[in-house]
Amino acid sequence: MQVYADNAATTKMSQTAIDAMLPYMTTIYGNPSSLHSVGQKAKEALDAARETVAQCLGCEPREIIFTSGGSEADNQAIISAARLGEKKGKKHIISTAFEHHAVLHTLKKLEKEGFEVELLDVRQGHNITAQQVKDAIRPDTCLVTTMYANNEIGSILPIPEIGAICKEAGVPFHTDAVQAVGHLHINVKEQNIDMLSLSGHKFHGPKGIGALYVRKGFPLVNIIEGGAQERGKRAGTENIPAICGMAAAMKEACDHIDENAAKVSAMRDKLIEGLSKIPHSAVNGDLVHRLPGNVSFCFEGIEGESLLLLLDQKGICASSGSACTSGSLDPSHVLLAIGRVHDVAHGSLRLSLCEWNTMEEMDHILKCVPEVVEYLRSMSPVWRDLQTGKRTYIL
Amino acid sequence: MALYSEKVMDHFTHPRNVGVIEDANGIGEVGNAKCGDIMKIYLKIEDDIIKDVKFETFGCGSAIASSSMATEMIKGKSIHEAMALTNKAVAEALDGLPAHKLHCSVLAEEAIKNALKDYYDRAGLPYDEKDFPDCEHCEHCE
Repeated sequence: MQVYADNAATTKMSQTAIDAMLPYMTTIYGNPSSLHSVGQKAKEALDAARETVAQCLGCEPREIIFTSGGSEADNQAIISAARLGEKKGKKHIISTAFEHHAVLHTLKKLEKEGFEVELLDVRQGHNITAQQVKDAIRPDTCLVTTMYANNEIGSILPIPEIGAICKEAGVPFHTDAVQAVGHLHINVKEQNIDMLSLSGHKFHGPKGIGALYVRKGFPLVNIIEGGAQERGKRAGTENIPAICGMAAAMKEACDHIDENAAKVSAMRDKLIEGLSKIPHSAVNGDLVHRLPGNVSFCFEGIEGESLLLLLDQKGICASSGSACTSGSLDPSHVLLAIGRVHDVAHGSLRLSLCEWNTMEEMDHILKCVPEVVEYLRSMSPVWRDLQTGKRTYIL
Repeated sequence: MALYSEKVMDHFTHPRNVGVIEDANGIGEVGNAKCGDIMKIYLKIEDDIIKDVKFETFGCGSAIASSSMATEMIKGKSIHEAMALTNKAVAEALDGLPAHKLHCSVLAEEAIKNALKDYYDRAGLPYDEKDFPDCEHCEHCE
């Protein structure tokens, strides 16, 4: 049985998205900046896609900038807010310790320029509270940037509350909503969001395309200079097929949020319940405010990469925050940020589901994961030391 | 190209010599859990010959495969031959490892040397310290 349980990494494209893309590769391949009819038809498709994306977010079409993906949108939003802040002598930025690297590395760059970055602690409940944001805001705060939901551990942040606090304090609020769009109800106006990043391939759309919502009037700084596309805020010929595919996938996802969430969260809960029975394991992330498709665990005494390879042999595609899977020497910064020690963070497993998964697949996962964990523990000197009392259990 | 060679996957999914030797006369352990890999080697040496060898490994696929291959390469060999085993030879026998996984083969060499040193210590045999560099010289965990 083949089970794809890595939907937080990327999703399979929907037929709706593929069908929406094809005409713009075959017949309507024009450049939307061209005056001739093939170009103008592409322009119409671009406008329609922008309208669709705006409707899904509850904003105006002119507040949407298409980008190459979530990372570019995060970079542009944060840099823009920093430049605006700088002009006003405000150089304090609030974020969280478990943001995506697209945010954290951009903030690191600004820190080198003299910005003061405050990362909110996420150990309590594997989440932040709006109160933490409120307490951190200072007169010189130029940006609050917190993710909408965490990609590794699934925690959903209190975005509407944070939005209200930022609005009251007059501080721009950006959210990296890459894991949330198409899965959670978002309305940027009601939730007082000034900027929002999204990515096409997390909801069955194509890769290499994303968008940045920017509240009207907020001055954007270009990351890519060149032509006057995207109202001069993002140069480069628009990727019309990808934009149309993303818009179609987004509409389909947003039209079925409740239905999909009910189905997916039932599978998620079954996995969390079943995998919790593995001794010396722990669930990562907020158990109440949680993405419908996220299952994240740490298993003591084993290493995540070998776990993934053996699960792959059994047809299960998953991911891990172990160092060996990240290509770096440290395990996932998210797991460390929520307080998991290195030894335990190496033994992490993330299963991320979508509405196309089935209960039969969950049964297969629940059969295979305990087997593989037990097998790897049987050859682990760490596990032996834990069992013989030479080492103390952490979980 | 796949992440690992067929040889690595074979030794990872069907590791040879996994386990413990209860009456081992040489035991070596290297690495630490913080870095994400620990290898433990058990040797049973008689008349300067490695009669049996077993391993336990906490680590990634290439760490398990390197342990398995390294034990295969010294089983039945003399102490002298085992001492000559290099991490390069282990990696080559596995048809190569990705660059960021080469430390796994280093760990395998060190685990075996560590076990041989333990054997010398227990037997009260003389040896040259510099033949047994400890794992701290590797920058992997720094």
